[in-house]
Amino acid sequence: MRTLRRLAPRASLGRRLLALAALTALGGCHVEPWVKPYERDHLADPVMSFDRNPVSSAYTDHVHEVREGSRGATGSAGGGCGCN
Amino acid sequence: MPKRIGILLLVAVAVLVRSAGGGVLPEDRADVLLHSFDGGGITVQGPSVLVRKQFAQKFSVAGNYYVDKVQSASIDVITTASPYTEERKQWSLGLDYLHDRWLLNLGVINSEESDYSANTFNIGISQDLFGDLTTLSLGYSLGRDEVRRRGDPTFRDHIDRQSYRLGVSQILTKNLLLGFSFETITDEGFLNNPYRQVRYLDPTSPQGYSYEREVYPRTRTSDAAALRLRYYLPYRAAIYGEYRSYSDTWQIKGNTFEIGYTHPHNGWLFDGRLRFYDQPRGASFYSDLFPYANSQNFMARHKELSVFSSEDIRLEASYDILKGGWKFIDKGTLNIVYDRMLFNYDDFRDLRVTGVAPGGEPLYSFDANVIQVFVSFWF
Repeated sequence: MRTLRRLAPRASLGRRLLALAALTALGGCHVEPWVKPYERDHLADPVMSFDRNPVSSAYTDHVHEVREGSRGATGSAGGGCGCN
Repeated sequence: MPKRIGILLLVAVAVLVRSAGGGVLPEDRADVLLHSFDGGGITVQGPSVLVRKQFAQKFSVAGNYYVDKVQSASIDVITTASPYTEERKQWSLGLDYLHDRWLLNLGVINSEESDYSANTFNIGISQDLFGDLTTLSLGYSLGRDEVRRRGDPTFRDHIDRQSYRLGVSQILTKNLLLGFSFETITDEGFLNNPYRQVRYLDPTSPQGYSYEREVYPRTRTSDAAALRLRYYLPYRAAIYGEYRSYSDTWQIKGNTFEIGYTHPHNGWLFDGRLRFYDQPRGASFYSDLFPYANSQNFMARHKELSVFSSEDIRLEASYDILKGGWKFIDKGTLNIVYDRMLFNYDDFRDLRVTGVAPGGEPLYSFDANVIQVFVSFWF
C-alpha cells in the first residue's frame, strides 16, 4: 500500500507533462518568435551557455552523484560505475 | 517501461515530427583535464580527455577517456575494513548526426574496475522549434553492470538500468534563458555495495554492537526534475540559478539549489557559484543502528542514503591563452576550478569515537577540496 500511495503523485506529474507536451503540439507550431534572430546576440554569448565546458560538468556531476542519494536531470547521459 | 513515460515520449516525438527548425552540430574542441578530490579520508585523482570533431558536414564524433585513481580510508572503510587503492577507467564514444533539421546522437560508455564493470548505450534526439525559441530533446539509456566482490570468486551479480530523459531549452526574452530537464531512472539487480555493513545492537560485543552485511531491494525507480535560469546582465556578465527536485521508490527525497555569477574581464572569465543540497528524507530501510541482527528484510547504513545536507562553494577562472589563434587552432583557454564542499550528516554517527553507549557517538561530518585544471582548444 505504501508503494501505491507513493506512485500517485508521480503519475500526476507525468500527466501534467503529457498535457504540456500535447498543448505544445497542438498550438505551438505557428508561434511568431517574440525574440527575433537579430536580437539574440546576448544569448549567443559564451557567458550564457548552460554547459560551457562539458568535460568539467561531467566530472562535477559525477562527484555529486556518488555522494548524494539524488541522481538524474543533470542534462547529460551518464554511465554506471561502482563508485559508491 | 512505465506507461506514462511511453505516452510522453510518443507525444514529444509527434511534436518533433510536425515541427520545423534548425539544428547545429557541436563545435570542434579538445579538452585535457586533471581532477583531484580530497576529503573524508578519500583521495581521487586522474585525467579526463575529451575530443570532438565534425566530419562530412553532417556528423560529429566525440571520444572521452577518464580515470579515477582512488585511495580510500573513508569512515566506512576504517571502521569495518582496511584502507584500499582502486582504479576505474572509463571510455565513451559518441556520434551526432544532423539530418533534415534533426540532431540524432548515439553513444556508448564502458567503465571498468577490478570488481565492477558497466556498459551503457545512449540514444537521443533534439530539435529547435517555434522559430528556434525552443529546443526540445529526448534521450534514452540502457545499461548493464556486473558486480563482483574481491576475495570471493563465486560472487557475481548484475544491474540492469534504463533512463528516460526529456529536456527543454527556452528563450524567454533577449536576455533570459530557461532550461528544464526531467529524468526517470529504473534499476533492477544487485544495488548495494557488496562490502558495506550495517551495525546492530549486540550486548555480547564489548563495544555494544556488531556488524552484518547490507541488504537492499533489487529494484529502484527515481524521478528528478530540474529548472535552470540564466540572465544576461547589461555589462556583459550573467547570473544563473537552478533548482532540482528528486524522489524515488526507496523514499529518498532531495532538493538541490544553485546560484552563480559569470563575469568576463580582459581575456579572463570568472565564475563563482554556491550550491546547496538537502536530503530531508533518507531510504526507508536506512538506520545508523539496527535493534538486532536481521531485524529487517532490507537494511542499509550507507551515509549517502541517510538524512544529510551539503554546501559547495565554487570559484572558477578561465584565461584565453591563444588570442587570435595559432595555426589550425582558433582559440585556447586555461581553466582552473576549485570547489570547497561541506557534508553534515543528521543520522550517521562517527564510530571512530569509542567509550560511549551505542548511538551516543557524535554525528559525522567532513569537508573536501575538489580541484580541476584543464586546457581547452577549439579548432
